[in-house]
Amino acid sequence: MDLNYSAKELAFQAELRQWLAENLPAELAHKVKHEQNLTKADMQGWHDTLNSRGWLANHWPEEYGGTGWTPIERHIFEEECCLAYAPRIVPFGLSMLGPVLIKYGNAAQKAHWLPRILDGSDWWCQGYSEPGAGSDLASLKCRAVRDGDHYMVNGQKTWTTLGQYANMIFMLVRTSNEGKPQEGISFLLIDMNTPGVELRPIHLLEGTHEVNEVFFTDVKVPVENLVGEENKGWTYAKYLLTYERTNIAGIGFSMVGLAELKEIAAKTRRAGRALDQDPLFAARMARAEIDLENAKITNLRVVSAAAGGGAPGAESSMLKIKGTEIRQELDSLKRQAVGRYAVPFVPEAFEPGFNGPYVGPEHAAPLARHYFNNRKISIFGGSNEIQKNIISKMILGL
Amino acid sequence: MDFKHTEERQMLADTLTRYVMQDYPLAARLKAAASQTGYDAAKYAELAELGVISALFGEDFGGFGGGGFDLAVVFEAIGRGLILEPLLQSAVLAGGVLAEAGSPEQQTRLEQVISGETTASLAHFEANDGGETEWIESRAVQSTTGWQLNGAKAVVRNAATADFLVVSARSKGKIGDADGISLFLVPRETTGLGLRDYQTIDGGRAAEVTFEDVKLPLDALIGVDGKATGVLREVLGRGLLCLSAEALGIMDVIKDMTIEYLQTRNQFGMPIGKFQALQHRMAEMLLEVEQARSAVIRAAFHLDRRGLARERALSAAKVTIGRVGTLVAEEAIQLHGGIGMTWEHALGHYAKRLVMIGHQLGDEDFHLSRFIRLGREEAEEATGAEA
Repeated sequence: MDLNYSAKELAFQAELRQWLAENLPAELAHKVKHEQNLTKADMQGWHDTLNSRGWLANHWPEEYGGTGWTPIERHIFEEECCLAYAPRIVPFGLSMLGPVLIKYGNAAQKAHWLPRILDGSDWWCQGYSEPGAGSDLASLKCRAVRDGDHYMVNGQKTWTTLGQYANMIFMLVRTSNEGKPQEGISFLLIDMNTPGVELRPIHLLEGTHEVNEVFFTDVKVPVENLVGEENKGWTYAKYLLTYERTNIAGIGFSMVGLAELKEIAAKTRRAGRALDQDPLFAARMARAEIDLENAKITNLRVVSAAAGGGAPGAESSMLKIKGTEIRQELDSLKRQAVGRYAVPFVPEAFEPGFNGPYVGPEHAAPLARHYFNNRKISIFGGSNEIQKNIISKMILGL
Repeated sequence: MDFKHTEERQMLADTLTRYVMQDYPLAARLKAAASQTGYDAAKYAELAELGVISALFGEDFGGFGGGGFDLAVVFEAIGRGLILEPLLQSAVLAGGVLAEAGSPEQQTRLEQVISGETTASLAHFEANDGGETEWIESRAVQSTTGWQLNGAKAVVRNAATADFLVVSARSKGKIGDADGISLFLVPRETTGLGLRDYQTIDGGRAAEVTFEDVKLPLDALIGVDGKATGVLREVLGRGLLCLSAEALGIMDVIKDMTIEYLQTRNQFGMPIGKFQALQHRMAEMLLEVEQARSAVIRAAFHLDRRGLARERALSAAKVTIGRVGTLVAEEAIQLHGGIGMTWEHALGHYAKRLVMIGHQLGDEDFHLSRFIRLGREEAEEATGAEA
């Protein structure tokens, strides 16, 4: 047992830090830190920077452009990126579709799509949820009917994150109504510019446009865009979801969140004393800190166990629940720390280049919006209740 | 970074776990708990023979372990087996003080403690201390011929069976001062030493210990006069890790027991584990036990490194196992229903020990406050270093 990083891991961490200091543009980190709205170009730019360094697809096998990093090194990379306020790498092509194609795609699909993910030719989005298929994903209805050398797709997808920037969507579609619902699902790749695809924005409660609805009316999709076998898509979908959930633990986000919380609580005055001297507030902060310290170890235990490079199974459900609970608690504490200055909502403050004046302290401006936005993290990627179902079945055998 | 135990340590863990699960069944444990001594001396000798006590000490003291992870694996097994024998009181705490500060003469006593021939107990905490190590009201006064002790110690486990006690008393300063506390080696048969011995709810025995003009020779002093706080901090830290690991072992047993019950108990024509209301509570329990395991790993890792980070990790572990331990005990009893309330079922005995661990060496609230206080000291240190 040794919780210290090895000399090799420490050297790796130092290399990352230096590289981030030199290559992460200060304006970009500023935007991320102040939660200003990122443009497509911002996200694409960071993607390209990482790609030219060869670190973008660090979790892929080396033959497809991976780095050969150990799980611990990948963990260090994610953590350092968070601490440096790098933008989140858009995961849909890279972390979701990529691993599925590598495992289940045919040679032609790998040769065509994987390089395009890396160089940013394609921006992928995820077509999983439907209005009637949320937690009960297998009940999805969006239909693909084989007709010669193409499928005809009709139906609707929803909660399509950043679909407004995407030119491609990977989809779960129904290709059969025989047997169990899971047995009639296929995994299909669709060009968003095909006639019959229509995207409409969904505005979230805190006023942001992150997600969309996508409608499909007689959309013709070439059969070579089917991944794996027809009606076996559920297997691929589950494989993808374990990847999605691993990233959801968000330990790096929580580490940043805790540091910010401590900073805010130290400089917030309440009736003559700093908020972090308030016994009740200090106790809540301390409980969150202890929970996070434990979760870091829990996360590393799972990461170390996944030494083969694959995604962990039901353990990722545990990490998702605990990780999101901690993040939401920290969001909640930050919002409460600024007291009544959580209330003002000044949209200009979220635009790049905003120079004030802020209403109240500058750090207070994004906190309530962030808190409300992050209610999503216990819902998406399989709600925390679905994760508990998975734990009950897979780990507890209930 | 590496989460695997060394081969030797894993062997120790396996041997000990096998012993406590196979050779010391619950019925024998309950019988020993109800006995006059509160534990089974023969079993303690067997544990010593297995090398369990030696594993708690470093080579300097004739042991073969003594590191954080040695303590953790031993006490996890102690928890799994719900072991009553005075490993914590005698070896880790009283023995720990002798190892840390004892004179060569006193350390011969330590050899006997490690071999299991004699047992000792640490009589440190008092009725009004609120968990604070420094809040010692008992007094020690030095004369040319020796020491005189007056005061009282609260809920001292395994005191009545101990061959000697390690006693803290204030020889200087006022109550609450960090400085001025001293430690003494007091044979149990000493005149003026009073013991009110009783059963504890989690099995075993403890006593209220009083000192009325107890006269001790000069060489009863352990370590330096008035400088016991550092020794106590070191040793009680080891005790915190042991208790946290013991709690983890208990939680694992309770968790497995409860899963099995949910799989086999039928109501409404199906196993009750098919009901989502219960599944989610069980999943929650599992998550929190894994968090507790992580807390114990952190504490074990930090134990051998002195400083604020060590103390914070130990308090964090005690907070975690305090919170999670209570949750696991309460949830497990609820999920078992009526059968979990019976003396006959093992669950209750594990649950009682688990909850009572929360009351030893400072409770959850105490350690949460301590964690906060130490955090401020850490922040000040960091600012000081910058300036």
